[in-house]
Amino acid sequence: MTDRAMVDGMSPPRFFVPLELRAVAITLALGALGYTLFPDDLAFLTRLISITLLVLSLDLVTGYCGVATLGHAAIYGVSAYVVGNACLAGHSDPLLLLLVGAVAGAVMGLVSGLLVTRFKGLPQLVLSIAVGQLIAALANKLSSLTGGSDGLSGISPGRIFGVYAFDMYGRTGYVFSVAVLMVVFVVLLRIVHSPFGLLCQAIKDDSLRARMIGARVYPRLVLMYGVSGVVGGIGGALNAINTGVVGLDSVGFERSAEALVMLVLGGAGSLWGALIGSIVFQVFEHYVSAANPFHWMTMVGALLIAVVLFAPKGLVSLGGLLAGRTASVLRRRP
Amino acid sequence: MSQSLLELRNVSMSFGGMRVNDDISFSIGKGERVALIGPNGAGKTTLVNVISGDLTPSQGAVHLAGVDVTALPISDRVDAGLIRTFQITRLFKSLTVAQNVALAVMQRKGLTRNIFSSPMDRPDVRREWERALGTLGIAHLADRQVSQLAYGQQRLLDLAIGLALEPKVLLLDEPAAGVPSEESSKIIEAIDRLPSDIAVLMIEHDMDLVFRFARRVLVLANGKLIFQGDPAEVTHHQEVRRAYLGSYADARHAS
Repeated sequence: MTDRAMVDGMSPPRFFVPLELRAVAITLALGALGYTLFPDDLAFLTRLISITLLVLSLDLVTGYCGVATLGHAAIYGVSAYVVGNACLAGHSDPLLLLLVGAVAGAVMGLVSGLLVTRFKGLPQLVLSIAVGQLIAALANKLSSLTGGSDGLSGISPGRIFGVYAFDMYGRTGYVFSVAVLMVVFVVLLRIVHSPFGLLCQAIKDDSLRARMIGARVYPRLVLMYGVSGVVGGIGGALNAINTGVVGLDSVGFERSAEALVMLVLGGAGSLWGALIGSIVFQVFEHYVSAANPFHWMTMVGALLIAVVLFAPKGLVSLGGLLAGRTASVLRRRP
Repeated sequence: MSQSLLELRNVSMSFGGMRVNDDISFSIGKGERVALIGPNGAGKTTLVNVISGDLTPSQGAVHLAGVDVTALPISDRVDAGLIRTFQITRLFKSLTVAQNVALAVMQRKGLTRNIFSSPMDRPDVRREWERALGTLGIAHLADRQVSQLAYGQQRLLDLAIGLALEPKVLLLDEPAAGVPSEESSKIIEAIDRLPSDIAVLMIEHDMDLVFRFARRVLVLANGKLIFQGDPAEVTHHQEVRRAYLGSYADARHAS
């Protein structure tokens, strides 16, 4: 009897839509919106999606595990170079290249995780920068693999499923990227809500307490770094596949720092925050840098200061607030 | 002879030149209720940290159900059933009340390796966290964020997490300190209702609670164990009176 009542009490509301379905709908809608707003600038959008994957990847370790890192582009860049080389070596199937990028990212993530999560606070941050700089220096030196400062060019992926070729307008690349982002986002939603995902958040809140419920903190953080590596690696792979070039900027410190800024802007510790932050930042940058090539960084800075002052938990917290207000207004109406 | 669940053998703990725990030995058997008292700075919390594995003793050994766990990490001791609560609550602030307890349940069941499924839905997990919250009378707060709880409610949750881990040995570090009387009576009830076969070691300043709870009292002063025995005898023990109860009694007398 009580069991029955409990189940009823917990039954989902009438118009309940599972989180994953909502995520599919929202990413598809955003994809369609992007296509309508920037039909002639799909290259910008595909780049935006690739960076969004880097920001999502960063969110997993920084937002969900509390790991401070300014070297996350190492994962993104290394996998972009690996994918570029794989393609130049004749493995041009885009799905295979994505897989190659994911594996390269996972390896890079696990290695970074093993090093970085051994420490906490400032030493951790400095170590992450060191890893990033080391990779950037290697990318510059190993020019036979990376093309050095000229970059790695001539990457031309084959047809998707052997049917859809990458066209010069970037339509195929865009649809491909939206699909990849959608799948990754849905999978990540499941992961952050899994017991493992909850445990990572618990470790971020209080790692001693997490140990005192029996958690093995270090292996969990390394594992999350590996997952993050897969996501960042897919981002890097998309970058190589869509642009056909991989430059030193993809492993650089600025890329890492920018990703962190986007994450904080949107709201760390929420996948939606990572998504919103990277879209808003890049669209803002796109418009403002075109309108005022000299002072756009100042305006980006002003936007950031405004967000940090008025919504320290990121834009996503404003979204939540707005949804709450709307819901309460709707409830008040008969 | 009753089976010893927790045993300390000549445990000493020093920080630099300062000896905070000095050659402490005692054992606690199945079902025992033991209170650890002593003046502030006597080394009680340090001793709990040594037992729980947060600190490694400078000398001596900690045995759990006959096994030497001195070199084992915290998490292995938790797996073996050694659970503690904290003097100042430590909770997972970005999770809900239910998630805090559910996570403990899932950790105990080895489910936190699970990277892909939804955790809270499993009926066995759900039953357990609901029961732990119900025992402490905070089931109605299940969906709240921890940051929205009053301090007393946080203490109840801290204890609920401890219960959900199904302890064999439970270390309670001043469970009722700083808690308003309504919540503290819930805490005391929950402690009274703990499964009779587990061993409980409680640090407590409130002597009424100590006398109500404990069948045996350990007194720590200046890092040394100066008394262990019947609660009824503790007040008559000269050294204890001098070290602790004397000042307590004097303070009471003066006020």
